[in-house]
Amino acid sequence: MATVKYTDEHEWISVDNGVGTVGITDYAQEQLGDVVFVEVPDVGRSVAKGEAIAVVESVKAASDIYAPVSGEVVAANGALADAPGDVNLEPMGKGWFFRIRLADPKELDGLMDQAKYEAFVKSLA
Amino acid sequence: MAATTASDTLKRTPLYALHVALGAKIVPFAGYEMPVQYPMGILNEHLHTRSAAGLFDVSHMGQIRLTAKPGRNAAVALERLVPGDIAGLKPGQMRYTQFTNDQGGILDDLMVTSTGDHLLLVVNAACKDADLAHIRRHLSDDVEIEPMFARGLLALQGPAAVDVLAAHAPQVRGMTFMTGSFVMIGGAECYVTRSGYTGCDGFEISTPADACESIARLLLADARAKPIGLGARDSLRLEAGLCLYGHDIDTTTTPVEAGLVWSIGKDRRAKGGFPGDQIIIRQIAGGPPRRRVGLRPEGRTIAREGTEIVDTGGAVLGKVTSGGFGPSLNGPLAMGYVDRAHAATGTKLALWCAAGRCRPRSWPCRSSSTPTGGADLMRTVPLPARQSVASARAMWRPHLEWQFAFPSGQRTPWRQ
Repeated sequence: MATVKYTDEHEWISVDNGVGTVGITDYAQEQLGDVVFVEVPDVGRSVAKGEAIAVVESVKAASDIYAPVSGEVVAANGALADAPGDVNLEPMGKGWFFRIRLADPKELDGLMDQAKYEAFVKSLA
Repeated sequence: MAATTASDTLKRTPLYALHVALGAKIVPFAGYEMPVQYPMGILNEHLHTRSAAGLFDVSHMGQIRLTAKPGRNAAVALERLVPGDIAGLKPGQMRYTQFTNDQGGILDDLMVTSTGDHLLLVVNAACKDADLAHIRRHLSDDVEIEPMFARGLLALQGPAAVDVLAAHAPQVRGMTFMTGSFVMIGGAECYVTRSGYTGCDGFEISTPADACESIARLLLADARAKPIGLGARDSLRLEAGLCLYGHDIDTTTTPVEAGLVWSIGKDRRAKGGFPGDQIIIRQIAGGPPRRRVGLRPEGRTIAREGTEIVDTGGAVLGKVTSGGFGPSLNGPLAMGYVDRAHAATGTKLALWCAAGRCRPRSWPCRSSSTPTGGADLMRTVPLPARQSVASARAMWRPHLEWQFAFPSGQRTPWRQ
C-alpha cells in the first residue's frame, strides 16, 4: 500500500517500494488554471530535497516544482508534453510528473499526511 | 478601527450577479470586480470564442457621449486631442484612435463612433476618469460631455456572433465591420457596433444599465454563446496582436513605436494639430527609435510581461510587454519592444530567462537558491498591422507566422 505525503509547496508524493511518484495537488492545479506546458526532469538525474526539478506553465503563470525528497529520477511522464491538461484533469493520477528513488525514506517524516495537508489548504483560504 | 478591504472600494457592473450565478472566478480589475474565468476555463473559453460565440462583460469600460454645442463641430474639436481622422467619419462609421500627450505618448486608446448627432467614445476602464477630465479641460467650449459610465457594454464575439445576435435583431446581418447602429434588443434600445477585441467577427452592444442582464441572458440562452472571462479576452487579443493599454502602450510609447501609424489619418500626418504632433510626424518620416514586434518563442516556455529581450550576445534590446500561451496557436507568443535595428521580421532574438524573473510564482513558494540563467531563443514575427474581414463571415485562421487570413473582403483599420 502506497504512502501518500504532501509538501507545503503543494506537491504530492506517493511512495511504493522505495520509489515515489510526484505531482501537484488538486489545490495547486486549481490555483494555476489550465496547464499548457510541463518541463519534466531527465531520467537519471540526482536531486536534493527542495531542489527545483520541473516547471509547470499555466495560462496564468509559471511555477517551479521542487523535489519533495532527495534521490534519483527513475521516470518522467513524457505524455504531459502532448497532454499537459492531464495535470488539471487528474492531478493525482495521469497528471504525475516524475518518479524518484528515495535516498533516505526518513525524509518522508517531515512531510504532511492527507489530514494535515487538508488543514493546511483550509488555512490558506 | 475596521480595516478597509479592497472589496469596499471595488465597483460592480450590472452583470455582477449573473457572473456569480454562472460560477465565475471574480478578481479585481481596473477598480471593478470582474470575472476572470468561468467553470469552462480560459483555454476552452478562448477556443469556444474562435469556433462559435463568446459573450464578454465589458461594462467597466467608459462610454462617453460628445454633442456639438451650437455652431461648433464635435469631430473637429476631438481632433485636437487625437491623431485619428475623426472629421472624416460619416454617420454610423467607427474608428480606432488614441489620446496623445505633448511628447507623443499615449494617454489612452479608444474607439470613436459617429451617430450623426453625437460622437460615442469607448475608453479603457482604468483611464476613464482621467480621460473625462482631459476632455472636459480641452473641449468644454465646443461640446456637451456626457459620461455614460452606468451603461452596460457587452461584446459578442466569434464566427457565430452574427447568427446569435441576428436571432433578436435581424438587421445586424447587414452591418459592415467598424460601423454602428441603434438596434432594439429584447425591447431595449441599444447601440451596436460591428467590432471587438478578439480578432474574430463580432459586435459590441451598449445597453441601458437596467436592460444589460436581461440582454445577456437572452444571448446566453442560445447554446452557441458562452460567457467568457477576462483571461480568455487577454489571450484572444494577444493572438490578434492587439495592444493592451498600460502594458503594450502607455504614456512613454508613441503610436508610431507601437505600430499604429495605420490609425493616423493621412491628412493629420500632413497637418498635425494634435498633442505631440511634431514628434509623431517626425517618427513617421524618419522611423521610431524602437518598434513593437510580435515574438514567437521557439520552445514551449512562455515569455511573460517584463522578460528582457536580448541579442545573441546577451545585450538587452527591450522587453516583453505582453506574453502568454495562444490556445488557437497552441504555443507561446508575445509582443514587446526592441530597438529599430532588431525589429525586422525574422530577427533571431533571445529571452533572458533567469530563475525567478520570467518564471513568476503563482502560489507561495520559497525563492530558488540556485538561479539557472539561460536564454531561450525566439524570433520576431510580423504583427497584423491591420485586420481585414469579409463583410459578414470573418473566419479566424492563424498562419504559421502568426498572420491573419480572412477569406476576402475590405481591409479596415481594426482596434489595435
